[in-house]
Amino acid sequence: MVLKTLGVFTERRMCRISTDRIISLVMIAPSIVAIAIFVYGFIGFTGFSSFTSWNSLVPDFTLIGWRNYERLFGTIPSDRFLLDLRNTVCFTVLFLIACIVLGFLLAVLLDQRVKGEGIFRSIFLFPMAISFIVTGVVWRWLLNPGTLQTGSSGVNLLFERIGLGLLRWGWFTDPTIWHIKPETGLGQFLASVGLEGIASPYFGMPVAIFSLVIAATWQMSGYTMAMFLAGLRGIPEELREAARVDGANEIQIYRHVIIPLLQPITLSAVIVLGHISLKIFDLVVSMTGPGPAFATDVPAFFMWDTTFRGNNFAQGAAIATILLVSVAVLIVPYLVNTMRTEAEL
Amino acid sequence: MIAQTQTRRPIRVSRILIYAALFVAAAFYLLPVYVLFITGMKSFQEVNLSRMWDLPSGFHFDSYLTAWFGSEKEGITGLAGNFMNSIYLAIPATLFSAVLGSLNGYVLAKWKFRGSNVLFPLMLFGMFIPYQSILIPLVQVLKNMSLYGSIQGLIFVHVVYGIPITTLIFRNYFAEIPTELIEAAKIDGAGILGIYRHILFPISMPGFVVVMIWQFQSIWNDFLFAVIVTSRPTVQPMTVALNNMAGSYVVQWNVQMAGALIAALPTLLIFIFLGRYFMRGLLAGSLKG
Repeated sequence: MVLKTLGVFTERRMCRISTDRIISLVMIAPSIVAIAIFVYGFIGFTGFSSFTSWNSLVPDFTLIGWRNYERLFGTIPSDRFLLDLRNTVCFTVLFLIACIVLGFLLAVLLDQRVKGEGIFRSIFLFPMAISFIVTGVVWRWLLNPGTLQTGSSGVNLLFERIGLGLLRWGWFTDPTIWHIKPETGLGQFLASVGLEGIASPYFGMPVAIFSLVIAATWQMSGYTMAMFLAGLRGIPEELREAARVDGANEIQIYRHVIIPLLQPITLSAVIVLGHISLKIFDLVVSMTGPGPAFATDVPAFFMWDTTFRGNNFAQGAAIATILLVSVAVLIVPYLVNTMRTEAEL
Repeated sequence: MIAQTQTRRPIRVSRILIYAALFVAAAFYLLPVYVLFITGMKSFQEVNLSRMWDLPSGFHFDSYLTAWFGSEKEGITGLAGNFMNSIYLAIPATLFSAVLGSLNGYVLAKWKFRGSNVLFPLMLFGMFIPYQSILIPLVQVLKNMSLYGSIQGLIFVHVVYGIPITTLIFRNYFAEIPTELIEAAKIDGAGILGIYRHILFPISMPGFVVVMIWQFQSIWNDFLFAVIVTSRPTVQPMTVALNNMAGSYVVQWNVQMAGALIAALPTLLIFIFLGRYFMRGLLAGSLKG
């Protein structure tokens, strides 16, 4: 009797569980379908479009192979994409260094049991809450160099006021590209080993990009600060104590104990900020636009310009695909690794 | 006694250096805020690039009024309508996102099925992609769905592309709730929906706050989707309108600054009052929430 009831009970429970299983799948199905179509399906469509001749308002899916890609890697006069790649590399490297160094220093300072820590933390973090468009609009005025007629403005004017007038310069209006000159010793050496291409503006640093880096760092360095501060707080005091007992001074403790322990955080920061930097778009639109001789142009902006202003859809799709691949190279190993460590836990 | 003062002194100097460095850093972060505030407060006579850093002569709200209501005489369209568009966009999109994310997170944390461990990272990938890689078909599909160019269309887009992050935050939140609780409820005869309604939903309010703050601020601040999906100025959200205003030669820069402050205000207020939850969303974005 008892066994029988128990049997009925489990049977009903089993039945219940399988209905629950179906309900659970119904709950998540819309999202799975949406992601399948709107992420993967769309990426597939964009990838496909990049091999077609759809370069007008009327869709045309004639396959033309790699021609849209070949066109991107052309040199003068259509070398805009090469300049964009240069700009993205420069921007990403400078932005990452600035955010990590500044974020780390601020975190170390805040970790010294300072008064008003909460207020300082909020001051360093609040720019994260606002839009890149607002940041761009404000920094465009701050870094507006002014004109000869009206005199300096913005930060240049501030420099003049505090007697540092020699620091003023053209900011994002400066078309200078720092690069190795072919006629210099290094340039001639590169030419002698067949690398004369490196001694060209394509491998240079557009100084106008510094303005974008300053604005982006202003906005995002609070993120690295918060990550590093959380990391520092997680390091047990005993470890520092032990190092001190062993005779290490404060700087040695940071170099040999703390910085190595913060390495995983640095890596996540590099990946998160790196992918933001590769995708940077809003800030460029609102602050500088493509800049003098495309000195502040980036692939995301070029794609938008090509596709939605120039109606060259296939060409835009090719830029988007390259952009996606570059982000995926950074993100996919990170995702796989995160999921694997989680599965091990 | 002497030894004590000697060891104390260098510590004091380093304290001063720490505070000095913190104040210099704070000045860098607050510099744009200072300019935003003083410029917005200036009267039109005082607006002069060479007096950019000077304090205003008094409290003038003309710039804010012009930025908000516009000025027919100067041909400036105010941001009031666009501000409301952003509200009508961000609030429903945030609510839909949160509900969807919580259902997904619940299933992925407590009703794992075969393949869910593969599905989850595939979903997450969607929050890292550069949206340029989906914009071309997105515009076509929205046109076919008659959603193109409308706030509804933009709500739809934000809900769809918000799935990964909202699912992630809720999944991590629900994963911390002991499975024994769910098992006990199952033995008591509760089904999947009953468990959600009576157990998980009531205790997931902090999760909802984190997700809603995160979604509200990213939707409010979004520019790319907004500029692609809405082309008519009357339906454009705040960020697009502000960018247009800043790119216009008729608009004085004090009005632009006032507009920028208005655009930043909602998310800034959330940050000031609910900063703790904002931080959690931020850290979840790096997958380590």
